[in-house]
Amino acid sequence: MKIAVCIKRVPDTETRIRIGGDGASIDESGVKFVVNPYDEFAIEEALQRKEKAGGGEVVAIALGPDAAQETIRGALAMGADRGVLLKADKVPADALAVARALAAELKDGGWDLVLFGKLAVDDYNHGVGPMTAELLGLPCVTAVVKLELEGGRGVAEREVEGGMEVVEFALPAVLTADKGLNTPRYPALKGIMAAKKKPIEIKPAALGEARVAVTTLALPADRKAGRIVGEGPDAVGELVRLLRTEAKVL
Amino acid sequence: MAPRFEGVDFYDVGSLLSEEERAVRDTVRQWVDDRLAPVINRHYVEGTFPRELVPEMAELGFFGANLPEEYGCAGLNNVAYGLIMQELERGDSGVRSFASVQGALVMYPIHAFGSEEQRKRWLPKMAAGEVIGCFGLTEPDYGSNPGGMITTAKETKDGWVLNGAKMWITNGSTAQVAIVWAKTGALGDAGGIRGFIVPTDTPGFSAKDQKGKLSLRASDTSELVLQDVQVGKDALLPGSKGLKSPLSCLTQARYGIAWGALGAAMGCYDEALRYAKQRVMFGKPIAAFQLQQQRLAEMLTEITKGQLLVLQLGRLKDQGKATPQRVSLAKRNNVNVACDVAREARRLLGANGILVEYTAMRHLANLESVYTYEGTHDMHTLILGEEITGISAFE
Amino acid sequence: MANVLAVTEQRDGALRKSSREVVWAARQLADAMGGAVDALVLGGPGVDAAGATLGEAGADRVLVAEDAAFARYAPDGYAATVAAVAKAGSYGAVLVAATAAGKDLAPRVAARLDAPLGTDVTGVAFAGGKVAATRPVYAGKAVQQLRFDAPLAVISVRPNTFAPGSAGKPGTASKVPAVLESRVTVREVKAAEQGKLDVAEASVVVSGGRGLRGPEHFALIESLAKAFGGAVGASRAVVDAGWRPHAEQVGQTGKTVSPQLYVAVGISGAIQHLAGMRTAKVIVAINKDKDAPIFQLADYGIVGDLFEIVPKLTEEIAKARAG
Repeated sequence: MKIAVCIKRVPDTETRIRIGGDGASIDESGVKFVVNPYDEFAIEEALQRKEKAGGGEVVAIALGPDAAQETIRGALAMGADRGVLLKADKVPADALAVARALAAELKDGGWDLVLFGKLAVDDYNHGVGPMTAELLGLPCVTAVVKLELEGGRGVAEREVEGGMEVVEFALPAVLTADKGLNTPRYPALKGIMAAKKKPIEIKPAALGEARVAVTTLALPADRKAGRIVGEGPDAVGELVRLLRTEAKVL
Repeated sequence: MAPRFEGVDFYDVGSLLSEEERAVRDTVRQWVDDRLAPVINRHYVEGTFPRELVPEMAELGFFGANLPEEYGCAGLNNVAYGLIMQELERGDSGVRSFASVQGALVMYPIHAFGSEEQRKRWLPKMAAGEVIGCFGLTEPDYGSNPGGMITTAKETKDGWVLNGAKMWITNGSTAQVAIVWAKTGALGDAGGIRGFIVPTDTPGFSAKDQKGKLSLRASDTSELVLQDVQVGKDALLPGSKGLKSPLSCLTQARYGIAWGALGAAMGCYDEALRYAKQRVMFGKPIAAFQLQQQRLAEMLTEITKGQLLVLQLGRLKDQGKATPQRVSLAKRNNVNVACDVAREARRLLGANGILVEYTAMRHLANLESVYTYEGTHDMHTLILGEEITGISAFE
Repeated sequence: MANVLAVTEQRDGALRKSSREVVWAARQLADAMGGAVDALVLGGPGVDAAGATLGEAGADRVLVAEDAAFARYAPDGYAATVAAVAKAGSYGAVLVAATAAGKDLAPRVAARLDAPLGTDVTGVAFAGGKVAATRPVYAGKAVQQLRFDAPLAVISVRPNTFAPGSAGKPGTASKVPAVLESRVTVREVKAAEQGKLDVAEASVVVSGGRGLRGPEHFALIESLAKAFGGAVGASRAVVDAGWRPHAEQVGQTGKTVSPQLYVAVGISGAIQHLAGMRTAKVIVAINKDKDAPIFQLADYGIVGDLFEIVPKLTEEIAKARAG
């Protein structure tokens, strides 16, 4: 099976966010960068599908700065066969621009599956995956938590309000992975060493025009300080009174 | 749920590591948080080793990680190996001891002193965690003085027969194989000490768990008894000769321990710091009080020094320059530092610090064993003393 | 003069709550742009009845795309239909509610229209002749202002954020062709427990954490949620422990919710959980540890044993809502 996994280098979710000097991006000094957690489910799924199929190739593709090579090597350490870096000093806020660059790389690749994480934990766009699918004219299911593949066809399940949506499609297809799809493996130490020898191709990202501009990035307004209303069940009466008269949510 | 450990790195030692070394550290760090931390308290209280974690540790390549790839090992450099030990011991010293024994005290001597056939037969299975080993050097009456051992190995027509007893043997009762050090010549002659690979199901071999431990509770510690244990000629480690053979194994393990102790210290410091910032007394977090700030500053200083110490030691080891005395200095310093950090962290945590829910007291208890084993603190003092002055003060 | 196309969502022929919100958001934007609001309803035969209230919700026109194949969300067909409607009119923005279906639909529409996309936004505006949006990023730790440099922008709006109002617009209905395409087919929707309100839709969420000590005690949370008429949520710890399903998980790797009231019971307040609920209008925390981080975010807190507090609170809330 030939599988492409599109991954993104993002700040670790524990990072304390500081606004950079330009007022429109984060201050990256001291920030730890990791592979987008949702992309790990995509990488793991790709590896499992290749293993189940008894062979093939898993390619990790990232769009980002030079440092994203380390992110790709993480995927190689998990078991991906090779990597591609579409180099861009800054990942644009315009998901369609990113999708365009990815689609240009993926076109004519003969992929059975193209996998993404459902969203990136920095911009929370959940856009690039389905947009790439549209540009490639491929079937797409987003936020997949369960997947079955058999004879060139697939059945995926995704969480919707009040239940699970069951979706059928034919391969090749684009899928975006959600938590619960699988349990991503740790990169084995041997895998970390082997990753050094696997090739990463670097090319410029064909982004085109970006039409979404981040005009400002700011810390959220502080919530008004709250207070402890009291201790134990005796405080319940006061809480209910406050919810009704002050907060007005009752 | 405990927050993820983000490391303690005041001097950006991380920037002195290669990308692979950082990746190795991060894999083990995450595994410890996800897989070891949730079960260690129960195992520690019950006095059991988390055996169920061995297959995962093996699959990730934790055992004999600095041995060559051709034997199924990860083939990492010594700094990466040290980082594995650092992160494992942040989890628990007993679990790190398991990995140290398996890697440095069982796989290492087979690699260093064994025949090619022995290496091929045992190492891949040990790397895979399918065969667990233990290291039989210490005896009930011969701890700091292993050269005085009274376990003997007499040559027979078909091989050897071993007699004796070993004590304080990590993994003893779970191991399938024991590397037993015994005197082949006269009892007064330490030069006749050689190593033997002894399957633990050999008739005459028995292992019994030592009970009543208040330290390293999540680790199997056993007595071994060898009563007319007969092994074939192929049991002998042909390259082993004299006391320096087992001692060189200890040097490998001590190297890992110098890193491991720091891991425990880093874990204790991190926990103490988080606690101090959250715990409110007299209207402010205890981190606002001078005495607690002093505690934390001391801990961080010693940890930082220790980190730079082992990093350089690791680089030296990769160049073949990590002499036993250099390793002694690091083991002695870092374990001592860790004992202090754990104790001070325990104190900072106040009453909560005696609960197993917090890691400080478990580390504190464990580190007393680490202070004592692999060469007591005092022994390393004398090793350094002899090296510096040229005069032995052992006897 | 550009108009705004508001894509509504129906379930079993009835409009979902988020539809009024998206039409209202569209109304705000259209007023700023000096244009009209077209509300698009997609569904099975007879769905036009659902569109009847959309005029009052703020729509100038209601466009109905009816087809048996559209009874349930059909990703490609819906995307093709929305795109066709958008291309046929002169719209400055297409708005979708960021529900499960909306999050799936919006990027597909944007790609088909070659338009920029803003997802899960908490504010829309029109400034300097361009559509702008506000949205939380980095797990809610920062807020972004976006500007769309294109004649048309596709935007998904966060549910429970644009409190709908009344506008008394004509809401004149007309039919538009349903464009049938299907690269994927939604075979069925396996319903979860009957009548269970989804945590992302409810205006009151009562969440339980490890403080509940075991899955059997979650009955306390369920009772309190019922008393409020709200939904049950869960922290990651209890979902990982298998006490509650992932669909209830609130937090970074679960759902992000913005209810009117969020009650956190026995939840300490790890950053990843806060990321999922910090935009709730009012937050109440009940925890036995007065130093628990959740109290720093909560508007009101009670320190004490939840096993004593929650039953009493359930009783009082039931009384208050009945009275």
